[in-house]
Amino acid sequence: MSIARFWRESPRRYNLGGSQCAVCSTVYFPPRSVCPSCANHRRSIGKMEPFTLSGDGEVVTFSVIHDAAEGFEMQVPYVLAIVKTTEGPMLTGQVVDVAPGDVAIGLKVRATFRKLREEGRAGVIHYGYKFAPMDEWHSGPRRTRDPEPSPVPPESARA
Amino acid sequence: MEAGIVSYGAYVPRYRITPEEIGRVWGVDGVAMGQGLNVHRKSVPAPDEDTITISTEALRIALVRGGINPQEIGALYVGSESHPYAVKPTATVVAQAIGATPNLTAADFEFACKAGTAAIQSCLGLVASGMIKYGVAIGSDTSQGAPGDALEYSASAGGAAFVIGRDRVIAYIRHTLSYTTDTPDFWRREGQRYPSHGGRFTGEPAYFRHVTECARAMFDRAGTEPKDYAHVVFHQPNGKFPQRVGKQLGFTDAQMRYGLVTPYIGNTYSGAALIGLANVLDVAQPGQRVLVVGYGSGAGSDAFDLETTDELARFDHSYGLPVQEFLDNGVELPYAVYAKFRGKINMAEE
Repeated sequence: MSIARFWRESPRRYNLGGSQCAVCSTVYFPPRSVCPSCANHRRSIGKMEPFTLSGDGEVVTFSVIHDAAEGFEMQVPYVLAIVKTTEGPMLTGQVVDVAPGDVAIGLKVRATFRKLREEGRAGVIHYGYKFAPMDEWHSGPRRTRDPEPSPVPPESARA
Repeated sequence: MEAGIVSYGAYVPRYRITPEEIGRVWGVDGVAMGQGLNVHRKSVPAPDEDTITISTEALRIALVRGGINPQEIGALYVGSESHPYAVKPTATVVAQAIGATPNLTAADFEFACKAGTAAIQSCLGLVASGMIKYGVAIGSDTSQGAPGDALEYSASAGGAAFVIGRDRVIAYIRHTLSYTTDTPDFWRREGQRYPSHGGRFTGEPAYFRHVTECARAMFDRAGTEPKDYAHVVFHQPNGKFPQRVGKQLGFTDAQMRYGLVTPYIGNTYSGAALIGLANVLDVAQPGQRVLVVGYGSGAGSDAFDLETTDELARFDHSYGLPVQEFLDNGVELPYAVYAKFRGKINMAEE
């Protein structure tokens, strides 16, 4: 992939930057400039707002890849999944930090930031989203303002 | 100084390897090696992880916990000795990945294992002078030791990110100072894959001299003594050096307990002291004093005299893994898979 093409796509690959129709609220990823869901498409023109996906979702379907794509040989076997995000759009991405046998349809996942591939040893390195299993530490609400006072966690049980 | 830590986050990759497993391959008593170093497991990055991804994960946690708007970050510095590019800043990718670009200054720092603490000092200067609202300092590494070298038993991967500011501060940085000399205890020349070191020379004239001199200078500056601190964090190239330097300075095991993470995840280099500090902030109570003394080969030490605030009790730790989870968990790898993940196997030319 050319450097310029990847660079143009970095807002999507790094930050899951999509778009939302201000008329019908449908979210798109990658972003669209016209809303195909609106009965009158023309009403959405100029009303598609930038929208950043949370990265949370669940596995709709997946494959365990044994015959690696170029650049992924070190990661065989790895899992490629279609993930339905909580905001609606479906994304294709690798699921990491999990044994392939532990991936199942319905698995809750979250987006994580990883190296996608390298253009050889001297070339540019591409980064972007992958998915990792959701855990209790990432499923809470994202803070946008001062929270209510919360108690300090109890001392850990380390011996 | 009315500035300090507003938020923080830590990240350690999922995989681990034991000294026993490393020793098995090289015909060395790995168990004894691990006990000698006081390192029982070290973290290993996945093939798709590097200093950029580790830094981004740690910082994303810090931003959510602190409710920080990334557009209000005026400076972002990443300290590491394993920046993925020799030329092209890690900090640019991290800034873009958290949505902080384009109106900020960003740069990569390198000072062996203390580049992250040096980044905190730079952010503190910019914040305290009113030039920026928030500064981000990250210490992160995917360090490597040459196969079979003593370093291979400890060199690991991880990082921590600290947001420095003046509002809603959870720990004020009351004082900071450094102690720097030209001491060639550990280095890596341009183009070399693995670092070289001076063996035992890395101890007394290097780590111990700089850390103790820097800590004593801090006691003088702050008018404190060891018993004033609830927690102390030292740079921790292994699990043994920080314990010994702590005893020399007059600290107890209880004061050192939470600041010492290397025995469970290995030496994360630029991340080591900062992950220790993150672990301390996970458990610290408001109104406690914390001493941090980093160390970087070459050589220098940075000391910080911190005081936690009432804001720490209101701080939302619930997002992102507490450091204890990284210390307790992980998936152990056999040496062959570790060698593959770390690129130690020569593959066919493309």
